Amino acid sequence: MKKLIYILLSLYLLMPAVLYGQQRFPKPEFDSGYEQPDVIAPEPRAMGLEYFDVLVLLGVLSLASWLALKKRSRQGILWLSIFTLVYFGFYREGCICSVGSIQNLVLSFADPAYVISATVLLLFLLPLIFALFFGRTFCAAGCPLGVIQDLVIIQPVSLPFWLRKTLGLIPYIYLALAVLYAATGTDFIICRYDPFVGIYRMDAPYTMIVLGVAFLLMGMFVGRPYCRFFCPYGVLLKWMSKFSRWHLTITPAHCIQCKLCTTSCPFDAIDYPSEEKAIAGSRAGAKKFVVYAVLVPVWVLAGAFVGMKSHTMLSRSNQDVYLAELLIKHPEVKSDPDNLDVQTFLSSGRTMETLVEDARIVRKKFYTGSIIAGAFIGLVIAMTLLNQVIYRRRTDYQPNPGDCYSCGRCMDYCPVEKPKK
Amino acid sequence: MASDKVKSRREFIRSGMRLSLALSLGGVAGLAASEMTGDGHVWQIDPFLCTQCGRCATDCVLSPSAVKCVHAYDLCGYCDLCGGYFKAGYNELSTAGENQLCPTAAIERKFIEEPYFEYHIIEDLCIGCAKCVKGCSSFGNGSFHLQIMHHLCVNCNECAIARVCPSRAISRVKASQAYNVKGSFTKES
Repeated sequence: MKKLIYILLSLYLLMPAVLYGQQRFPKPEFDSGYEQPDVIAPEPRAMGLEYFDVLVLLGVLSLASWLALKKRSRQGILWLSIFTLVYFGFYREGCICSVGSIQNLVLSFADPAYVISATVLLLFLLPLIFALFFGRTFCAAGCPLGVIQDLVIIQPVSLPFWLRKTLGLIPYIYLALAVLYAATGTDFIICRYDPFVGIYRMDAPYTMIVLGVAFLLMGMFVGRPYCRFFCPYGVLLKWMSKFSRWHLTITPAHCIQCKLCTTSCPFDAIDYPSEEKAIAGSRAGAKKFVVYAVLVPVWVLAGAFVGMKSHTMLSRSNQDVYLAELLIKHPEVKSDPDNLDVQTFLSSGRTMETLVEDARIVRKKFYTGSIIAGAFIGLVIAMTLLNQVIYRRRTDYQPNPGDCYSCGRCMDYCPVEKPKK
Repeated sequence: MASDKVKSRREFIRSGMRLSLALSLGGVAGLAASEMTGDGHVWQIDPFLCTQCGRCATDCVLSPSAVKCVHAYDLCGYCDLCGGYFKAGYNELSTAGENQLCPTAAIERKFIEEPYFEYHIIEDLCIGCAKCVKGCSSFGNGSFHLQIMHHLCVNCNECAIARVCPSRAISRVKASQAYNVKGSFTKES
């Protein structure tokens, strides 16, 4: 690797000599004492500031966890989320965020030439580590995409169970596709379809703004639509939070079953105590469980099959595959002077053979990747179904550790007083 | 008694899962850390790959684009008839608008001494359309070329221009060497 850098560097140093030799109009020698201005090259954002951002995130996460679990203050979380909105949103203007960092990580695994900086890795890890210990406090007050939606909730409606569960599959599909596209070096779809970054930058392509505003309008009535039904990072956070060491509780002491908190959660993330009827029917559930468990491999295979069948279509997003296919299927585009991609390719000196070979390699990656992604989605569907028939005994009203964003709204509804020591 | 047993079993499963999740996170971290740098990355154009297609002006998430033309004075011939300044079929070699190639009049032409002129890019006006770059590369020394200006660039995780660049001239470079200015390293000699 180092050798390669040296070779490249020496080539780079030799370049001006070559260029000077070819110069059509040599630089004149001035008599009038003319002083040549400097080339303007403003420095990028200092690396120190990137580390500072990580430090700020660490601070926000610690504070959010303390506010949610110890101080039990919705007010505090609200103010902290406004800070995140201002700092990570409007000041820092988005990139790079924890949600998008999945793709950087995946690409760095898939492509050894792609290196990531320590800040990216930390941005990816910190929220997950915190979720493993304290639940999804990142979602509550640390995520710029989440807080903007949290702040626009005015009249949340409760969604029916089947709709929530069905839409809840989208994040898994989104995650699988994002990993597939990142691993093949094709695209970063999470960033490309990030609905809110345009709002933070106050400048974005038309489609991005439409998407962002649509999500915010919907978010007034359906709490956090992006977080619940799209966010691929939420999938990872959910896995962590499900098994978190500690988690926000609705009541500071013991649940008195007053049901006051049931309407407090805009995200339908409160689990109710198990009903007597369900307990009686749990024998029938065992039968269903066996059926669904047998169906797991069927779902996985079906998913893998769909993935395999769709790999050609998916791979068309790749620049090389798209261009190779276009040139083979429609050779007449070669004479179209307006097709920039084709014209640039024709004048680049890259041969058709190398292009087709490159495209073939990418498609091969898509073949394996799509099968894995499809199998994963199949498994998720199977497990979601299986989860519906697993009976869990609950005696109290509790936040669902997977779905709860630790926003703390429910805590204010609980009439039980904090026990004095 | 029985419920205690259930509870402890549940807690055992939970802590087991937690441990395995923590281990897998650690594994991911360790794997990623093995190919990590302390340096940051920014997007930059390789002027030798750029084919001046004009997408830098239209595809940046910012408007106007964070891509601007820079002038590598070292390579400039200071020509009176500048291929980057005058459009084909100009009336005369003057600063009149109808003679200029630049759609936003972002190039300033300054007389130095007979017969030489300095060309200066007014960055606030430049939209990164690369018309002047094309003219300069075709008829002159190629001292005009595009660069991503890092005080404007928001450093998207994936550059929207890089995604559509037909010549793949945009790639990530180390933040400590954020520019590829043509010929800048010969300045001392």
